[in-house]
Amino acid sequence: MKNSYEIVVIGGGPAGLAAAIAAYDNGAKSVLVLEREEGLGGILNQCIHNGFGLARFKESLSGPEYAERFIAELKKREIEVLTGTTVLSVSPEKTVVALNAENGEFSVQAKAVILAMGCRERSKGALNIAGTRPAGLFSAGAAQKFVNIKGYMPGQKVVILGSGDIGLIMARRMTLEGAKVLAVFDIMPYSSGLKRNVVQCLEDFGIPLYLNHTIVKIEGEERVSAIVAAEVDENRKPIAGTEKRFECDTVLFSVGLIPENELSKSAGVPLSPLTKGAIVYQNRETLVSGVFACGNVLQVHDLVDFVSEEAEIAGKAAAEYVRFGESEKEPIDCVNGGGVSYVLPQKIDKRAQGKIKLFFRVRERAENCSIVVRCGEEEIARRKKRVVAPGEMETFILTEEQIKKAVKEITVSLEK
Amino acid sequence: MEIKRLVCVECPVGCEIEVAIENGAIQSIKGNSCPRGYKYAQEEVIAPKRIVTTTVRAENGKLVPVKTSGGVLKDEIFAVMEKINAVRVKTPVLVGQTLVKEIAEGVDLVATATIG
Ligand SMILES: Cc1cc2nc3c(=O)[nH]c(=O)nc-3n(C[C@H](O)[C@H](O)[C@H](O)COP(=O)(O)OP(=O)(O)OC[C@H]3O[C@@H](n4cnc5c(N)ncnc54)[C@H](O)[C@@H]3O)c2cc1C
Ligand code: SF4
Repeated sequence: MKNSYEIVVIGGGPAGLAAAIAAYDNGAKSVLVLEREEGLGGILNQCIHNGFGLARFKESLSGPEYAERFIAELKKREIEVLTGTTVLSVSPEKTVVALNAENGEFSVQAKAVILAMGCRERSKGALNIAGTRPAGLFSAGAAQKFVNIKGYMPGQKVVILGSGDIGLIMARRMTLEGAKVLAVFDIMPYSSGLKRNVVQCLEDFGIPLYLNHTIVKIEGEERVSAIVAAEVDENRKPIAGTEKRFECDTVLFSVGLIPENELSKSAGVPLSPLTKGAIVYQNRETLVSGVFACGNVLQVHDLVDFVSEEAEIAGKAAAEYVRFGESEKEPIDCVNGGGVSYVLPQKIDKRAQGKIKLFFRVRERAENCSIVVRCGEEEIARRKKRVVAPGEMETFILTEEQIKKAVKEITVSLEK
Repeated sequence: MEIKRLVCVECPVGCEIEVAIENGAIQSIKGNSCPRGYKYAQEEVIAPKRIVTTTVRAENGKLVPVKTSGGVLKDEIFAVMEKINAVRVKTPVLVGQTLVKEIAEGVDLVATATIG
């Protein structure tokens, strides 16, 4: 290990791996990847189901297989990796302080830093459910790690709150391992997971999905013995008289992910209240010069293919930053209009060359609608969509000419 | 004529496909955006199949993630799971290595990670 590197990448999940490779391939001479776990690959190591990489490799891979392809590419290059190493802080001057068993606490100086720490699960503690707090309550991601990495089943009679992808995937996984999944509840009128997961994880096994339902009470002294679920009204408040009791020994919570941004804050990186990740330019540079972000630390992705794509943008930009120094920018803002909950990147440099892909999510499920991009009153692009849903990230490609037309701000909205 | 509505599970797009069936024969398939979806719909109305992903134990206690090399008939998934759970493998295991030939008709059990 050296004292200084051109580029330090924090996190060795799919984002960190792709960013490091792209930085190296675009001319960075010294790249260091720091990863807290003993192995590379991030959360993909516990996602043993298939369906990864269809966009990128045109085949359906499992999480570990997808990770393995990038790890193999990384190993072909002179990229340094330190696993078992937790980064404690990053300063705005890009001094990275980290800790591992071999070196204790140490610091390295970087010319550019790429943040790729992924996300964490919203904790069940944040939910206000009446009753006791017995054993048997798990976040779906923690349960996934138990079953797939440690080989330990959290329980046998299971209910799941939240029908996001991880909740759905775990419903099938627990069923295959012999548990009985009694029900999946979602407080919303739709599942926030992919449709294919509702079909292949619930319908295939006859697991009921209760939409517009939530858990109102947890029972049990030492271990969960039952839960009470109820239907909710349009304000998401439980309706009296609709309670149903389910005897179970395990409750999994799959209630959303949030970007893991403690380190970004230490570097002084301004965050967006909409994405809970950094505010970035199209090249994934944050508002702190030379600090880049990509993957789930920036916005919670459903598809790892998009994570890799985003990380390659960040890796290339970081290498260019090291080579050419800070670039002068002519920023325009990218904001969410009606029906859209956020747009990323939040800023586009008008001098940027080539096409730019915008990522965004809609607020509600809609059919036969249009995505419209405007600059003030003027419409600069429009595309029809058969269906859109909040659980599926949308993209929109703007051409260089369209961006040149924009003046100060562009808005992305959903119109019926 | 009977119309069956399916959601294609071959990729995250999740196309909604309509299959028209008359006297047990497929008349038309609509709504798929690619040939994979066409093939999926053809199989799904006659003999639905799924790739099974799970783990097996290595002799040293570690878990090895695995998948079936092709689809397993939906009705046979639990029987195949029972067979897979009885498998013990020796490490090291390489990604892509076949661990059991013909774990179900026409499909093998393959490791999906390198485990040392
Ligand atoms: C529980 C769970 C299940 C998921 N299941 C699926 C799925 O089935 N399909 C799908 O497409 N997507 C799934 N996702 C989304 C998935 O996370 C992304 O597709 C992708 O893995 C994100 O990549 P990443 O590199 O941004 O983050 P991660 O894969 O989370 O990698 C971040 C890495 O950074 C490391 N790190 C964090 N903080 C530090 C620090 N301070 N110092 C050093 N290292 C650090 C972590 O250890 C980790 O290895 C899931 C996410 C979660 C949380
Ligand atoms: S039809 Fe093709 S594009 Fe549509 S979900 Fe199936 S595989 Fe994906």
